[in-house]
Amino acid sequence: MIKLNAKTLREDEFFYGHKACAGCGGSLAVRIALKVLGEKAIAVLPAGCMSAVGFNFPHLCFANNAIISTFAGTASMLTGIEAGLRAKGIDDFTAVGFAGDGGTADIGIQALLGAVDRGDNLLYICYDNEAYMNTGIQKSSLTPFGAKTTTTPAGKNIRGNLKQKKNVFEIVAAAEPAYAATASIGYINDFIAKVQKASEIKGFKYIHVIAPCPTGWGIATDETVEIAKEVVDCGLWYLAEYENGEFTLNHKPKEFTDVEAYLRKQIRFKHLTEEDIQTIQRFRDAKWKAIYKNFKTI
Amino acid sequence: MKPELKIFVKPKHITDLPNGTYYEAGHLVSKNAGWRTKRPVIEPSKCVGCLQCYLYCPDGVIGKADGKVIIDYDFCKGCGICAKICKTRAIKMEAER
Amino acid sequence: MDKHFLSGNEAFAYGVRLAKPNVISAYPITPQTIVVEKLSEMVENGSLESDFIHVESEHSAMSCAIGASAVGARTFTATSSQGLLYMAECLPYASGGRFPIVMMNANRSTALPWNIYGDQRDSISQLDSGWIQVYAETAQESLDLALLSYYIAEDKRVMTPVMVNLDGFTLTHTYELVDVPSKELADQFLPPFETENKLDLELPKNLGYSVGPDYNTEFKYMEHIGVRNAIAVIAQAEARFCEIFGRRYSGLIDAHLCEDAEYILITLGTIAGLCRETADTLRANGVKAGVLRLRYIRPFPNEELAAILKNAKAVGVLEKDISFGNEGTIYTNVNSALYKAGINIPSYNFIGGLGGRDITTENIEEAFHHIINGGKKVNFIGLVVDVND
Repeated sequence: MIKLNAKTLREDEFFYGHKACAGCGGSLAVRIALKVLGEKAIAVLPAGCMSAVGFNFPHLCFANNAIISTFAGTASMLTGIEAGLRAKGIDDFTAVGFAGDGGTADIGIQALLGAVDRGDNLLYICYDNEAYMNTGIQKSSLTPFGAKTTTTPAGKNIRGNLKQKKNVFEIVAAAEPAYAATASIGYINDFIAKVQKASEIKGFKYIHVIAPCPTGWGIATDETVEIAKEVVDCGLWYLAEYENGEFTLNHKPKEFTDVEAYLRKQIRFKHLTEEDIQTIQRFRDAKWKAIYKNFKTI
Repeated sequence: MKPELKIFVKPKHITDLPNGTYYEAGHLVSKNAGWRTKRPVIEPSKCVGCLQCYLYCPDGVIGKADGKVIIDYDFCKGCGICAKICKTRAIKMEAER
Repeated sequence: MDKHFLSGNEAFAYGVRLAKPNVISAYPITPQTIVVEKLSEMVENGSLESDFIHVESEHSAMSCAIGASAVGARTFTATSSQGLLYMAECLPYASGGRFPIVMMNANRSTALPWNIYGDQRDSISQLDSGWIQVYAETAQESLDLALLSYYIAEDKRVMTPVMVNLDGFTLTHTYELVDVPSKELADQFLPPFETENKLDLELPKNLGYSVGPDYNTEFKYMEHIGVRNAIAVIAQAEARFCEIFGRRYSGLIDAHLCEDAEYILITLGTIAGLCRETADTLRANGVKAGVLRLRYIRPFPNEELAAILKNAKAVGVLEKDISFGNEGTIYTNVNSALYKAGINIPSYNFIGGLGGRDITTENIEEAFHHIINGGKKVNFIGLVVDVND
């Protein structure tokens, strides 16, 4: 397995000409994953940003085989595709899903866990932009504490989303897939390595990649990649893997960068008070205590 | 392999349309150039061919060319990530004409 | 001739085995369960080479079937009632995507209230989904429809999924002697599934896309024509079926004593048997009664009905569903056929069998008398309480 990087990645572009916002993190995740997987990738995308921007007849933006599934049905459609091809004697392909918050953690979670449970030979990638961005920035179960969304407005009485972000990586890991991982487009080489690793494993593989949305997060279009790195550096996201019953932390920050600096760069967190920021830090610290207790560190 | 701009002839008869929601992959009919207010301009003498701009472009419009890079302005949206990521400051965002 | 004593569900499973689907994805629900249990037995004993996928819901069952069909695999699923409604989002997805899936639906009432018994409210509520809908009367017809439906669905002029409806319990769970054709004859009848409408590693495609106001109407037009084209394909399929298996079906409708009938009762499914017996008794008493069983209701047999009803004096529609606040949906469809053909005869609606309520010979006799003597248009039959003020 050759190490994939900018020089060795195939030069084909499979996701091109799409109508995503300028600076879209999700589109970078899909683009890069397909460059790793190649022309034998068969992609399923549910209702969400990536399907909405890529499949408007007659403007079709995938050079490889790709299909839109129902919102709740990414994983179940993938299962059918994989079984159908295998039944026809074809097994040299990767069935890959690209679903956002809703398609993975909310409306899509039933089908997702069904497929993990069956151990179907699929790669499921969640591009996490922390809200239902396609329909206009509404709260999802992946929206972090304190974020302003259009259904959790930050006002005098309630200051944004008060629930914690759901940890889908650990939920999927509990169902014992062949492989699961977290990633960020800000650490793109780590994401590339994980997609490549997953493509060589048989069974159910899950990758949860943070993919910032400039429009929804309230940052400039050129800040997407930097903020995706900073969310990891300040400890609000972690890079880890699950395999064979074990969690491994891939990236151990020597010292966290300032959480407040990360939050203040984004309009969706503008309204946070000092107290809110301390709450967020406390939750971060508690999570990292658990990580150091339960995850192997390399 | 890459999606390409094609000429889509306006259908005149029902048989000009596919009988089902299927079509050839990677069939593009419109450019994204009109989205830009700024465009990235590469200074070749400063470019060291590290390919980070090529890697991080969300639209994949930066391609390799003789050890350096080249931009497909038909599909560049002017987001500016390439200019931000370039370590040698070889890319500048200039106002779109 | 290989005769087996089979229930409607079992017969359907035997038919599916002969059709050799590549992928079966199903979720159990009473009274469909026997079909999926039988199919999983057949997979286990090696007599059926199919990938049997244990999906975790009906929505996933249909979504999975669509995925398999989208790579050119022949697929099967089955459901009933609540399950049909749970996958309702996926029904126009399959038909709009022009995926020729065959699904068996065990007709059962829909909640609330909860009821596991047979009526036809589930499938009739999905008449506009774009699926071809056919209603079986016997276990033999059920087995045969498994084969016929794939032939019809996969025909390039149709490319539309087919829902085969079996009355819950009264057909799914009752037994009769069924002729099971040989594998060789089945292979002669049903060609392999070929389509362009698929993801293909040799020729990559993008499927399941959006179509805006600019061309959406045209895609829907093609879908409508696909279902209309099924009329000719059904005739062709049944002719071929008769050539190979020696059994003749009668197309969109099944008419009994209708040629000179003055009073015709239209119905669907297993109740047609009792209706025909009642009509025979009436005939013996000098009443020119006839019974018309609708086999297919999508496409709807407008011309076929008009040809038969044009000389009748009055007609009734006996159905196991009600469109609340209005009338039975089959009645609405029949009236439209009459009106379009300029046939101006009185027509009456009889709503019966809801939630598994038995329809008796007396009920049917009363219906015929109502057709003959006139009265209220929309009638709930067999009520056990007095509903008058």
